[in-house]
Amino acid sequence: MEQDTIAGIASGMGGGIGIIRISGREALRIAGEVFCTKKYSEDIPKWKSLWDRNFFKKKKSHTIHYGFIMNDDGSVLDEVMVLLMKSPKSYTCEDVVEIDSHGGPYLIQKILKLLIHHGARLAEPGEFTKRAFLNGRIDLAQAEAVMKLISSKNEFALDSAVKQLEGRVSKYIERIRQEILHNMGYIEAALDDPEHYDLSGFSDKLHGMLQEEIKCLQELLDHFENGRMKSEGINTVIVGKPNAGKSSLMNLLLDEERAIVTNIAGTTRDILEETVQIGNIVLNLVDTAGIHDTDDFVEHLGVEKAMEYLGQADFIIYVVDASVSLDQADDKIISLLSGKSGVILLNKSDLESALNIESLKKKIDWDCISFSNRRGTGLEKLEKYITDSFLHGDISYNDQIYLTSVRHREAVEDAVVSLEQVIETIHAGMPEDFFMVDLMDAYQKLGLINGDTASEDLVNKIFKEFCMGK
Amino acid sequence: MPYTYESYDVVVIGAGHAGCEAALAAARLGCKTLVFTVSIDSIAMMPCNPNIGGSSKGHLVREVDALGGEMGKNIDKTFIQSKMLNTSKGPAVHSLRAQADKKDYSREMRRVLENTDNLVIKQGEIAEIYVENQQVTGVRTTSDAVYPCKAVIMCTGTYLKARCIYGEVSNNTGPNGLSAANHLTECLENLGIEVRRFKTGTPARVDKRTIDFSKMQEQKGDERIVPFSFTNQPEDIKKEQVSCWLTYTNLETHKIIMDNIDRSPLYSGNIKGTGPRYCPSIEDKVVRFSDKERHQVFLEPEGNYTNEMYIGGMSSSLPEDVQYAMYHTVPGLENATIVRNAYAIEYDCINPVQLKGSLEFKDISSFFCAGQSNGSSGYEEAAAQGIIAGINAARKIKGKEPLILDRSQAYIGVLIDDLITKGTNEPYRMMTSRAEYRLLLRQDNADLRLTRIGYQIGLISKQRYDALCEKEKMIQLEIERLEKTTIGASSEVQEFLSKNGSTLLQSGTTLAELLKRPELSYELLSEIDVDRRPLPGAVCEQVNINLKYDGYIKRQERQVAQYKKLENKKIPDDINYDDVYSLRKEALQKLKDFRPASVGQASRISGVSPADISVLLIYLEKCKGIRKNSNSI
Repeated sequence: MEQDTIAGIASGMGGGIGIIRISGREALRIAGEVFCTKKYSEDIPKWKSLWDRNFFKKKKSHTIHYGFIMNDDGSVLDEVMVLLMKSPKSYTCEDVVEIDSHGGPYLIQKILKLLIHHGARLAEPGEFTKRAFLNGRIDLAQAEAVMKLISSKNEFALDSAVKQLEGRVSKYIERIRQEILHNMGYIEAALDDPEHYDLSGFSDKLHGMLQEEIKCLQELLDHFENGRMKSEGINTVIVGKPNAGKSSLMNLLLDEERAIVTNIAGTTRDILEETVQIGNIVLNLVDTAGIHDTDDFVEHLGVEKAMEYLGQADFIIYVVDASVSLDQADDKIISLLSGKSGVILLNKSDLESALNIESLKKKIDWDCISFSNRRGTGLEKLEKYITDSFLHGDISYNDQIYLTSVRHREAVEDAVVSLEQVIETIHAGMPEDFFMVDLMDAYQKLGLINGDTASEDLVNKIFKEFCMGK
Repeated sequence: MPYTYESYDVVVIGAGHAGCEAALAAARLGCKTLVFTVSIDSIAMMPCNPNIGGSSKGHLVREVDALGGEMGKNIDKTFIQSKMLNTSKGPAVHSLRAQADKKDYSREMRRVLENTDNLVIKQGEIAEIYVENQQVTGVRTTSDAVYPCKAVIMCTGTYLKARCIYGEVSNNTGPNGLSAANHLTECLENLGIEVRRFKTGTPARVDKRTIDFSKMQEQKGDERIVPFSFTNQPEDIKKEQVSCWLTYTNLETHKIIMDNIDRSPLYSGNIKGTGPRYCPSIEDKVVRFSDKERHQVFLEPEGNYTNEMYIGGMSSSLPEDVQYAMYHTVPGLENATIVRNAYAIEYDCINPVQLKGSLEFKDISSFFCAGQSNGSSGYEEAAAQGIIAGINAARKIKGKEPLILDRSQAYIGVLIDDLITKGTNEPYRMMTSRAEYRLLLRQDNADLRLTRIGYQIGLISKQRYDALCEKEKMIQLEIERLEKTTIGASSEVQEFLSKNGSTLLQSGTTLAELLKRPELSYELLSEIDVDRRPLPGAVCEQVNINLKYDGYIKRQERQVAQYKKLENKKIPDDINYDDVYSLRKEALQKLKDFRPASVGQASRISGVSPADISVLLIYLEKCKGIRKNSNSI
């Protein structure tokens, strides 16, 4: 029987419901430590007194419990249903707790992080199935079928948005890895050819590099904490003349049934940003409609300000009232849109069209989507359009680098610990070859993010950068 | 017409550094052993650099010695300078290097071979290896004598179809003009063995009398000599040492090389073999590191018998006239007389992924291969493989399990595992960075790691084994004593600490804790360690290292425990990978080709992903279940 307790997302990402599964001998304790049947966020001491870490241990197997996932500070993280299955009558034959969350991926990751904080280990892909098989719960054919599904899902993920997002982290991490590798290469070259490469003064230089890279990694981690959703989203600006239907589009996109994750104050007091999730993709909607619905966006802000917003936009939705013909205001807007990527939304398409689409197309070569705020038609099309553009790479992404998963976060955290350990080793006055232990650790941990742990890297580096030998 | 001559248990082809260890191990384990060499006078010849050991290679030599091999003892007898490298670094990377008297080294090794029971030396070239039903049955010489045997160990070094090249000169000879072995390659290919072509090289030798040493820096040996062999004490091998000399190339050297680079066979395409990156020719260095204004040149004596000096760092295959011009630009070598030219050498070797961890071919029973013919380089790498192949040939004949050292036990294990699992695209050289657990695999504890194994195998005497046990006991008792001995903050202790630049004590502590401070050592602590009894130097060293680096050592031990988990999951020989549903295609093909012995080895094959390993583990667990069930019926 495996010793440790694992936690992982049991449902596919992107759906409305996320299931987090915890399995192992500590599952009941860990779940009990983050779950409370009543919400007492107003009165934390009271909550703490009511909170019962043995809750699930006392409950019968195969029961469902309604309650809240609570942060350690007593604040509510999410409202959930929890399914309890005690060993051996569970998928893995171990104690299993499944948490049904209605929150989006962000909340699910947060819950996962909390569980890890309380002692669970992040499950490897297919690990629940592996345990189910090893504990005799399912046969080989079943296990293999599930493994195959998992691997095909991974392959799909490679082609999807995740890849584009991770590509940026990869690059960021790779630079740091190469820096570490270079320094390891130097140490090894000096160990291998001591009469040729000298290490005197090296530890001071290394110390500086370590502090620098720890700072970079720390920034990445802070980013994960503070503004993950914001940085993650595609900056999307909705423009259009007054009464073209911007605010109703905004409301449609921000429909209550959708997972509205957060409200973040914008950079000026006039502008609000809303974050909304469409499929796997998160949009940061710049609510220009929120200024004054009757005001002209461009007039109100001035061309310069409008340019600034449009300049920061990754994607622009240009709302055109199809029931009236184009005028000077449209021309003004169109002139600001050149060279940007976006889509034209022909609103009020249920009304008689007064718009000459041909002449519009001549002015701006974006695709058009017919749309009706009143009837709600075209919304799905718009969403699909945005998703597709993103997956095809038509929408380039904002410059922020961020971590996409708890797994990566763990890896970066571990790497920071290792690099700090190197600094300690330097301070302790240990010889240079001892630096290698933790440098290699950090290098390999960061490699997990890129899926790259090739052991030949170091040897290749030594030969490539340092002239060795007889 | 082939005629049958005498039968042997083991036939070793080649008497270089691999062949000597292989033959000695097999013979000492009681096998009737015959070793072939193209020239009796070239037994254990050192055709390239005149030294044994160096970073990580020194580790190999000590490990060979700890297992009961000969290389360490032989260099202890014949060295002319000894040096422990990296002494300012951690103990894991301390490495011994000794300059050898080449002739002495060769002669002494020959003496040992000639006086070993069960061992016969024969001058001759092998043309064919006989294989029936995938089992070795004998060998045939070029003179058509057939020697039936139970096992063959091929240690052909750089001799297979060897070709020596400089400029436009190309000779079909082995190193030093010795005759090449031209027949065996075809036989290997007929046996279905993949053969490849590698290249290496050696610098020129110059007459010592024509060198201006005043322009060079002298490099002396250590005053306190550490022997390679654990059977020797420093005082046993004390002798007068000779110096090496350090100088540098300069821009003029580099200009001559670049002006003539089109005349280099490496660049004209005349040499096709793959050369080693770690030991590039001087023209390679100048081309690849064009921003370097100078390269180090290390002059080493070839022995006490000769005036020849080896120009380390300047191997080359440039034409003779360019070589002369180039060497003469180096400070101190302006008027040097060149005795032998530098040359590159091309030779055939096998792809080592065709071997098991025992160094036996996967497809041909009792056929072993060791040394440079496996695609490695260096005397030490060769010797390390040689002793393992010799041991395993003997064990195979006796029906015993092979000896396979793993990556956590020895550099030898790392070397062989790298060769057979990752393969190599260039002559493979040992490096300490290749050993994941190098804090544990130190040259100072090779005996503690391996001598017990050597004893169990039969290469280590009872007397030597008893001495090891005694050493282990002394180390353990002394560590325990230091851990228990508390030290108060007396004025004497504080004075001792401040004298050694160490923080003063606030309260009592143990000697073991004090020893962990970087500025203190076991030796220094004797001043405040009133109960200490005198112990042998080797014991003190172990106590010091074990306590001082305790934290790091424990961490590596945990890593090793993790590594062993997968390593101990053996894959049955008869596994059908096609039955392992949902392996990726690439992984399936690689696993079929490699047939790894354990899940750990499988995980190190490039192209096999962690997901594939999970799938494999599930399959193996399933098989285990089936086997268990069928056993119970």
